[in-house]
Amino acid sequence: MSLLTVRDLWVSFHTADGLVQAVRGVSFDVQPGQTLGIVGESGSGKTVCTQTLIGLVPGADVRGQAFFDGHDLLTMRPAELRAVRGARIATIFQDPLSSLHPLYRVGWQIAEMIQAHRNVTRRAARTRAVELLEMVGIPHAVRRIDDYPHQFSGGMRQRVMIAMALALEPELIIADEPTTALDATVQAQIIDLLRRLRDEFGTALVMITHDLGVVADVADEVLVMYGGRVVESAGRRPIYYEPHHPYTKGLLESIPGAAGTSGELRPIPGQPPSMIAVPEGCAFHPRCRYTMGRCMVDQPDLHPVGPGHRSACWLPGRLLGFGDQVEAERVAAAREVGA
Amino acid sequence: MSGDVMLRLDNVVKHFPIRRGALVRRQIGAVRAVDGVSLEVRRGETLGLVGETGCGKSTLARCVTRLQPLTSGTVEFDGRDVSALSRRALRPLRREVQMIFQDPYGALNPRRRVGSIIGDPFAIHGIADGQERKRLVQDLMALVGLNPEHYNRFPADFSGGQRQRIGVARALALRPALVVCDEPVSALDVSIQAQILNLLSDLQQSLGLTYVFIAHDLSVVEHVSDRVAVMYLGRIVELADAGELYARPRHPYSAALLSAASIADLDMADRRERIVLTGDVPSPVAPPAGCHFHPRCPKAQAICVREAPKLVAREGDRSTHRTACHFPVVPGDDLTGGPASVGGAVDGGD
Amino acid sequence: MAAIDLGSLPALPAPPAIEGRGPWQLAWARLRRDRVAVTCAIFIAVLLLVALLAKPISVLAGYSPTDQDRVNGISPDGLPMPPSVHHWLGTDNLGRDLLVRIVYGSQVSLAVGVGAAVVAVLIGVIVGMCAGYLGPAVDSILARLMDVVLSFPFLLFAIALATVAGPSELLEIAVIAFFSWAAVGRIVRGQTLAIREKEYVEAARSLGAGPLRIMLVDVLPNLVAPVIVYTTLLIPVSIVFESTLSYLGVGIIPPTPSWGNMISDAQSYYQVAWWFLLFPGLALILTTLAFNLLGDSVRDALDPRG
Repeated sequence: MSLLTVRDLWVSFHTADGLVQAVRGVSFDVQPGQTLGIVGESGSGKTVCTQTLIGLVPGADVRGQAFFDGHDLLTMRPAELRAVRGARIATIFQDPLSSLHPLYRVGWQIAEMIQAHRNVTRRAARTRAVELLEMVGIPHAVRRIDDYPHQFSGGMRQRVMIAMALALEPELIIADEPTTALDATVQAQIIDLLRRLRDEFGTALVMITHDLGVVADVADEVLVMYGGRVVESAGRRPIYYEPHHPYTKGLLESIPGAAGTSGELRPIPGQPPSMIAVPEGCAFHPRCRYTMGRCMVDQPDLHPVGPGHRSACWLPGRLLGFGDQVEAERVAAAREVGA
Repeated sequence: MSGDVMLRLDNVVKHFPIRRGALVRRQIGAVRAVDGVSLEVRRGETLGLVGETGCGKSTLARCVTRLQPLTSGTVEFDGRDVSALSRRALRPLRREVQMIFQDPYGALNPRRRVGSIIGDPFAIHGIADGQERKRLVQDLMALVGLNPEHYNRFPADFSGGQRQRIGVARALALRPALVVCDEPVSALDVSIQAQILNLLSDLQQSLGLTYVFIAHDLSVVEHVSDRVAVMYLGRIVELADAGELYARPRHPYSAALLSAASIADLDMADRRERIVLTGDVPSPVAPPAGCHFHPRCPKAQAICVREAPKLVAREGDRSTHRTACHFPVVPGDDLTGGPASVGGAVDGGD
Repeated sequence: MAAIDLGSLPALPAPPAIEGRGPWQLAWARLRRDRVAVTCAIFIAVLLLVALLAKPISVLAGYSPTDQDRVNGISPDGLPMPPSVHHWLGTDNLGRDLLVRIVYGSQVSLAVGVGAAVVAVLIGVIVGMCAGYLGPAVDSILARLMDVVLSFPFLLFAIALATVAGPSELLEIAVIAFFSWAAVGRIVRGQTLAIREKEYVEAARSLGAGPLRIMLVDVLPNLVAPVIVYTTLLIPVSIVFESTLSYLGVGIIPPTPSWGNMISDAQSYYQVAWWFLLFPGLALILTTLAFNLLGDSVRDALDPRG
């Protein structure tokens, strides 16, 4: 049975400029111990999606269901949600400087969180905090436990965040762009750490990122999001080597050195859409090279294009990957159905 | 178009003094942002400059464009020594060396119209005004892929990628020969990055530009550069042709950096050996003695603490491939074991 | 110089465009929607009108500000007369019409209040910008100067100055401006220091722009918002300052009416002639309030995020 089942999630915000439809019908599953990568650019809805699951978007209009261990997170009472948050679902954010309280010592923050969920003494919580800091690779943990967040470097702070996330041995960790603000070598350290801990504790991991390279390193399954929806979902190999959705393919072609692409960059023209005025039909159609008439009026749902591989696109399911032949067929398909 | 040397840096040093005291400020230390860099940039090439936070690449960019005075060393542009010129004397240089900035949201004055921003160079150097200037600005806008009719709009009306294009237009107004790009795509979404990279590449070809391209994303740097310099704590640790560096890095830091880079290629990602460096980059206020990298280096030995290695071609390398290392990486080296303890404090912390 | 071909582009839909509405137009729109701001603006406009039309108003009323009306303006005991059909707001201790005097007083308040505020802001902006932009050497001198000016005891100094030079409107403006510019200067200095670190200033330097150009073209437009706000808040302060000076007898001296000296005169009579104290006081309070509220609204309009 899956650990987390999200069904038809819709999230919108009322703003002065209009209704922002951040998430428009997202469904996915996370199995115990699995690592799911959610890839998308600004405005794709990836962050709002996961934040909604743990109740971090007050004031939003939420529809849909999110079952965690049989209970719907979206309809839980605040007290129940607080019990789940931190203890069973932990979160790691992009910027540890803003998620750690600057005025409290690091050890105190970890211990406090432990004590909020477990009935232990302060001393026991503190001991556990030291253990955790050691586990995430912070040297001289016994000394550093009394330091303030600003006394740590970026990479170290992120490790502290991970320590906090692991404190109560959660079943699921949601990591929202955990390495984006870090240097490459530090990023490698953090990814390495996450992988080791995941393997050791069997925690499920949802990794949100815009960096396809990071996803290549950690994920088993990948979801690609665009315009508030999931446009493609597959295992890591199919996503990189046999993408179906033109957006996924376009992303890979925009990255220097990505798999299956030639030396030249073929950027996706245009900009990500405004979530207030989402294009009709398929949200990607204004930027797609293979737009057909149907794409402009009918929004495609995710349907299978291979084993464990789904894509939300009207192009024939057999057109996968980067080959010249496949490319020619795509262009032909687009012209045939009439743009 | 590999040509003559356009820009030459000789042992450029830039230290930022740290001062204490209220009435009389005494210097108690310095941030050694650039700690002795010598470099050449040839006409028509793209020199990539890569490194992590605190390596000094941004400061170096500002030394090259003389936005900062140098602490010591020389910068020669087209044979002329521009290291110590006054602001007034530097004005003609401004027409030949320009900069593209990282932050598309901070690099444009939000209270000014875009046409005015792009037209600034013309106004400052008294080149054109009125209708003539407007025409030139609109030509520039078209050149970088913007709609010339948006001349009177404010930066807030444009997306990140478009703002970066505005920055490019501004930099190119005076037809500079050398453009220093300081992380021009780091703040952009991936799909927009590719657009801007292609734009820069097209412009280089059609306008005969020379680029110094600074970035922290290794795949981007490899893609755009002819030669690449790797910086660490204010010094260049390796300099080579792009392909050469990526295939055969000789400096342990370069090797680690390359192995750490996120690669959107599963097979390569799975195959490569992960060299995970421990600890963080030391502060540029008190860099380690000798070779700055020795506390974290898996191949460090006693000499590395005493003597800073020079940036020269090492045994077995082409003359164009220079490495600042006493014990460069050779095939068969195992670099995954963590730092060799050589008396440098391996703290792993700050 | 052909346009760059970004690959075969399918037609892009027009982005939802706000037609080039710059920050100024947006602020203006926000201001117009603010009812409090509009009310205050109308009040101030009326006041301005009244001040300009002081002469015609006095002619209409039939009294000049110094006419002493011995018939209807003074009670048999030599005390001021309450509001009546002859004198709508009553009279003062010398039988002079209060309405006309208040109208003439508004001229002083507005002229000195606005004048002093403008002069103070001008000096403050120039000095503050120079201090913030031109580097630590200049900054240390100018910042110290501002600190020194701010530590002067205002009133004592003002009184001393007026005693030496003789009271007049021009002196009032000078004195008030002298004590107000430094506060503006400090704020401007702080803002300038922040703006100086922005990338677009660096970009201007890299283009070869000199400090003067950068200050005028890049720094100043970003200062306008806080400066406008501060000016609208400085005006009521100056008006009150002026009234204080006149009240103490070192500002506008009788017989020329000023709200301040009217209040001063009214002190001895308030128990028997409440109107004598109330109306000039009310005029002062309402004017100050209008400017203050308008200033707040302007600040909110220019920076709605607070």
